Amino acid sequence: MSELKLMKGNEALAEAAIRCGADAYFGYPITPQTEVIEYLMTEQPEKRTGMVVLQAESELAAINMVYGAASTGKRVMTSSSSPGISLKLEGISYLAGAELPAVIVNVVRGGPGLGTIQPSQADYFQSVKGGGHGDYKLYVLAPSSVQEMSDFVEDAFDIAFKYRAPVLILSDGLIGQMMEKVYLKEQKERMSNEELIEKYGSWATTGKKGRERNIITSLDLQSEKMEARVHRLMKKYEQMEKEDLRYEKILCDDAEYLIVAYGSSARISQKAVELAREKGIKVGLLRPITLFPFPKKQLFELANQVKGILSVELNMGQMVEDVRLSVEFKVPVEHFGRTGGIIHTPEEILEALEQKIIK
Amino acid sequence: MDVLDIIKPENQVFCKTKLMTDTPLSYCPGCGHGTAHNLTMEVIDEMGIAEDTIGVAPVGCSVLAYDFMNIDMTQAAHGRAPAVATAISRCWPEKYVFTYQGDGDLAAIGTAETIHACNRGENIVIIFVNNGIYGMTGGQMAPTTLEGMKSSTSPYGREIATMGSPLKITELIANLPGVYYVTRQAVHTHKHARKAKKAIRKAFENIKLKKGISFVEIVSNCNSGWKMTPNDANVWMEENMFPYFQLGDIKVDGKLK
Amino acid sequence: MTEEIIIAGFGGQGVLSMGKILAYSGIMQDEEVSWMPSYGPEMRGGTANVTVILSDERISSPYLKIFDTAIILNQQSMDKFEETVKPGGFLIYDPNGITHHPTRTDIQIFQIEGNKLASEMGNKKIFNMIVLGGFLKIKPIVKLENVIEGIKKSLPERYHHLIPLNKEAIRKGMNSINPYKVEEQLQNT
Repeated sequence: MSELKLMKGNEALAEAAIRCGADAYFGYPITPQTEVIEYLMTEQPEKRTGMVVLQAESELAAINMVYGAASTGKRVMTSSSSPGISLKLEGISYLAGAELPAVIVNVVRGGPGLGTIQPSQADYFQSVKGGGHGDYKLYVLAPSSVQEMSDFVEDAFDIAFKYRAPVLILSDGLIGQMMEKVYLKEQKERMSNEELIEKYGSWATTGKKGRERNIITSLDLQSEKMEARVHRLMKKYEQMEKEDLRYEKILCDDAEYLIVAYGSSARISQKAVELAREKGIKVGLLRPITLFPFPKKQLFELANQVKGILSVELNMGQMVEDVRLSVEFKVPVEHFGRTGGIIHTPEEILEALEQKIIK
Repeated sequence: MDVLDIIKPENQVFCKTKLMTDTPLSYCPGCGHGTAHNLTMEVIDEMGIAEDTIGVAPVGCSVLAYDFMNIDMTQAAHGRAPAVATAISRCWPEKYVFTYQGDGDLAAIGTAETIHACNRGENIVIIFVNNGIYGMTGGQMAPTTLEGMKSSTSPYGREIATMGSPLKITELIANLPGVYYVTRQAVHTHKHARKAKKAIRKAFENIKLKKGISFVEIVSNCNSGWKMTPNDANVWMEENMFPYFQLGDIKVDGKLK
Repeated sequence: MTEEIIIAGFGGQGVLSMGKILAYSGIMQDEEVSWMPSYGPEMRGGTANVTVILSDERISSPYLKIFDTAIILNQQSMDKFEETVKPGGFLIYDPNGITHHPTRTDIQIFQIEGNKLASEMGNKKIFNMIVLGGFLKIKPIVKLENVIEGIKKSLPERYHHLIPLNKEAIRKGMNSINPYKVEEQLQNT
C-alpha cells in the first residue's frame, strides 16, 4: 500500500530516496533545495534503513563523496541548486568518465552568477549538453509535479545502474518548494553488501576478495584507449535514445499549434492550452520528460501536423534550439520565456502564442 | 653458491610483495614514491587485509598508483581523495580505506577536503608524500616549496612576501580533535624506510581500532623537479627540507607531542 | 470544482500554515491540491504569500496571476493582490492595519476581524484559523471535519491538544465574517 501525503517537492524526493533503498546521500545547503538535506537529517535514515547521510563541507566534497560511494556500487544521491551544480560539474564529468552510477538533483534557480533563489530553467544547456568537460552526456529527467519528484528518484537509480552512468533530475524552485499530494511507495530494503558484491563485483571497488582487483578511473593516457572509452559512452547514449526516451503528449491529436515545455513550464503551459481551447484555438502540449534523450522524432512528426511551435521555458531560449533541430525548420519555431526568477503566467504564454505563432 | 641454488625458494631471503604489480614504475629513478608504495603494500600484505582494503589515488605523479598497487583502487579528482575516501569508509565501515596523495593535491587544491575529513575524524589513513614541488606537470611551485627554492613558476625562488610561506599542513591538521595519529617520516634510507613502515603499520592498525584519522607524511625528494642527481637530491632534502619539515611523531594516540 | 486562492500577509501570521491546512483538508476529501509559497529571504519577517488550489481535476499550473479568492492580511498584500481577484471573485481581509481599503466593485468583499478576535480569545496564534473559518463560511469548499483532519495531519502530535482551540477559532471565524460594501463606504465618505 502506498502512503498519501501532502509534501514539498524537495521533501518528497528525499523521502523517495529513503524508500527506494538508497545507500547514501551527500549534500550541501543551498536555496531552493535545502529541504532535501534538512528532511534527511531529520528523518535519520541511518536508523530507518542504514542509509548514510552526510553534510559535506562543499559541493565539491559532496560530489566527490558521491563518486567514492558510487565506485563501490552503492546507490548514492546528491542534490543542489544551480551555482552548486556548477561546482559539482568536475565531479559529474569524472562520474561519466569513470562510468559510475549516481543520481544528481538540480533544483534550478536563476542565474548567471549568484543570480536569484527564484525558479528558473536556465540550466538546460548545462544539463543536456554535458555541462562539465569532455565528451559525455547525462540522462536527464524533468519532473513537473511533486509526485514525479518522488517517482523519478527510483527511476533515476534504475537508469543509472542500467547504464553505469550519472543521471540528473532537473527540477526547479517551483517544483521543489510547492506542496502537492503524493503517493509514496512502500519501503524497499537496501541491497545487502553480499548481494552488491555479487551484482557489481565485476567492476566495483569493494575489496578484491576472491577476484582480481578492480580499478575505477577516468584516466587513459593512451589516446586509442581514451577514444575507445568515449565510444563506449556514446553507445550508451544511443541505447538511451532507443530504449529510455520519455515524453507526454497533451491534446496533440487535433492540435494546429504546439507548445513544447518541460517541468514547471509544462504545468503553466498546460493551463495556457486550456485557456487557448476555451477561445477555440487548437493547441497541444508536448512535454519532454527526458531532456536527454530528447523527443526528436515525435517533434519531427508533429511538425507535419501543426502550423507553428512555441518553446516555453523559464530562460531566454535554450531548449528552443533542440526543438528547431528536431523539426528541421519545417514550421516556424519561436521561444517564449521569462527569466531572472519571474515565472510566466498562463495568460502571458497564450498571448505569446498568439503574437509569435498564430499572428 | 650456484645461481640455480640461489633462486630456489628455500634460499630466498627477500621478495617483492605480491601487492605490487609487475608493471614498471612510472616514477623517475631515485624518486621516493616507489618506496612509499612498496612500504604501504607490504603493511597491507603483512596485516592480511588486502581483500578488505580500498585505496584512493590522487592526481599528480602518483595518479597511476593503481597501476602498481595490486588492490582495489579508485582514482579521485585533484585534491578530492579525502572526500572520496570518506564516502567509501562511511558506506563500508569494516573496510580499510586509505588515500595516497602528493603535496599539491593534499595541501593546495584539496586543502578543504583534507581539513574537513580530518576534522570529522574519518576512520581512514592518509599517506601524504611531500616533495615540495609539482612533479607531474614538470616542476611548478607547490604549497610546500621552501623559501627561495626555484621552480618553473618561482624561477627566481619562492618569495615569502608574494607567494606565502611553505605550508605545514601536517602541523595544522594535528591540532584537530578528530585526528588520532600524525607523524612525519622519510624513505630515502633503509633506516628511514623501516621507521616509515612502522608508522604506516600503526596507521592501518588504527583503522582496525576505529580511532579516526591517521596521517602519515613522507618527506621525499624530486630529483627531476629539483634538477639534481638522485643522490644530491637526497642530500639537499636532508639539509633543507628536514629542518623545516622536521621528522618524527607530531600526535600519537590523540595527544600532541 | 476548482478553487484558486491566494493567501497573503506578514511572515509569522500563519499564512503558509493556513494554506497547508486548507490543502490537507482538500486531500481529506479526495481533491487534487497544490500549495505554492513565495520563498526565500522575503519571508523572514517580510511578506509571505501562498497560492492554494483545490480541484476535482488534475491541476495544471500551480502558479497563477489571477484568483477566485484572495485572503489579504496586510496593506502590502492589499496593494499587490486586490487587482488579482477575478471579476465576480471574492476578497477577504482583516481591516486591522489596513489604511487603504479595497475599492473594486466587480468583486465581493468581506471583512473579518481576525486579529481582534484572536486577542479576545487570548491566543494570537489562532488568528489564521479564525480567518480560515471566515473563508469557509463564504466558500464552504471543504467540510469542517476534513479541516480538523487536515490540522491533525499538519500539526506535529505534540500540538494535537490544541485542536479543540483551533476548531473553536474556525467556528468563531465562521460567525464573524461580514460583507464590506464599497459603494456604501464611498457614499459615507
